[in-house]
Amino acid sequence: MPTANIAGRDIALNDEGFMTEPTQWTEEIGTFLARQIGIDPLTEEHWKVIRFLRSDFDAQGETATLRRVSTVAGIGTKDLYTLFPGKPARKMAYVSGLPKPKGCV
Amino acid sequence: MKRLLVLGAGTAGTVVVNKLRPRLDPAEWQITIVDQDACHHYQPGYLFIPFGIYRRRDVERPRRDFIPAGVEMVLGRIEEIDPQAQRVTVAGGRHLDYDYLVIATGTHPDPSQTPGYEGAAVGDGIHQFYTLDGAVALYERLKSWEGGRLVVNIMEFPFKCPVAPLEFTFLADWWFRERSRRDKVEIVFATPMSEVFTKPVAARHLTGVLESKEIAVETDFYVERIDADAGALVAYDGRELPYDLLVTVPVNLGAEVVARAGLGDELNHVPVDKGTFLSTQHGNLFAVGDAAALPTSKAGSVAHFSVEVFAENFPRYVEGLEMLERFDGHANCFIESGFGKGLLIDFNYDTEPLPGKYPLPGIGPFSLLQETVTNHWGKMMFRWVYWNLLLRGREIPLPAEMSMYGKER
Repeated sequence: MPTANIAGRDIALNDEGFMTEPTQWTEEIGTFLARQIGIDPLTEEHWKVIRFLRSDFDAQGETATLRRVSTVAGIGTKDLYTLFPGKPARKMAYVSGLPKPKGCV
Repeated sequence: MKRLLVLGAGTAGTVVVNKLRPRLDPAEWQITIVDQDACHHYQPGYLFIPFGIYRRRDVERPRRDFIPAGVEMVLGRIEEIDPQAQRVTVAGGRHLDYDYLVIATGTHPDPSQTPGYEGAAVGDGIHQFYTLDGAVALYERLKSWEGGRLVVNIMEFPFKCPVAPLEFTFLADWWFRERSRRDKVEIVFATPMSEVFTKPVAARHLTGVLESKEIAVETDFYVERIDADAGALVAYDGRELPYDLLVTVPVNLGAEVVARAGLGDELNHVPVDKGTFLSTQHGNLFAVGDAAALPTSKAGSVAHFSVEVFAENFPRYVEGLEMLERFDGHANCFIESGFGKGLLIDFNYDTEPLPGKYPLPGIGPFSLLQETVTNHWGKMMFRWVYWNLLLRGREIPLPAEMSMYGKER
């Protein structure tokens, strides 16, 4: 299992670079990860999404899907594509230190 | 007298009453099952209708034929579920009070979730095969379709029978080749996922099958709307995918009455414990089959295997005893691939579909993740098994729990 030294801490990552220990995450690490994928700076809109993802993961044990973010947090899918361009579901999870959302079979 | 109320007489609900009636003393337990209409559909059969392999009569039977003696069947639309009052209201105002409630109301395609799907401009270019009427209309359309670009797309995950859209592309490839029209048809499979299937080993096998059949794949394609006038799917990232014939899998939602009762998640599926199906909100409420929010396939096999676990647990639970069985997420799907062949996948919450033999290790007769004629016949014979054994809760020699024997890592 690879680790990386981020903000002075050893952080566990999987081979795709996603954090494997969500409890290791801090806002500082989130900012660092966002910069890795070209999102800089993180605006208040970004943080709103990240905070929802973090608290929803604590409650549900799973990373919220785009639809869940739009229905439960009220942040539209179009906006999520603007904030996290390309593959928003993966990018949101990556920055928030969570596993990428499972598309159920 | 204690009252068990089951909502929905589809696969899961019907097997629940068939399994529980013999296990619950008729002197102590009244069992009632409600459905809005009188007709049970063999939903796996919808796939074959557009290609003329099955007809309407092959997939319909009266629901009552599968409800055992000693179970009351109520026909009527479910208007309201009140978990506090422990009462369900059906159309016409009849109240059904319960001590225990099992929600088995399934999940259903909802075109209204996609802008541009409904309305006068849609014309004859947009089809789906997830309802019997839709499958029959597509049969009529395919008969006279001249050719062009056929796009098969998935709007949202999860949806029921997750391999069906792939099977549809395989069968379409076969069907047009049989009619010497394949050179006039371009087939494109578009999915919001990054791969054609969610599990890596199966995705590799299925990608190979798609390539061999010259079916193009468009991944990460999350549809924002249908531009019916232009004849194109428009994705959130701005990509457009033009079609001449669109066969779509609409967004699937659980029953609206579940949402109104405050029992659903963002897709109206009921959050439950994934091992026992007990509601996370109410101690006398379970959800089984597609209606439940479980991290496994929405499929008849899951409904069947999970209800076997539920039926073992429920009589203990109502006695105040611990539920000993835990569902492992076992799913098992034949994948029809055309030309009289099929694949089979067998997996659970923790183990992805792997190659091997099933159900007897090394023998089969079915082969996992390989195209064989035997798998195809397994799929075709399954309709008989469904009507005669599975729905009636009779023993099928396939254990509810997944086994690693016969699988190759």
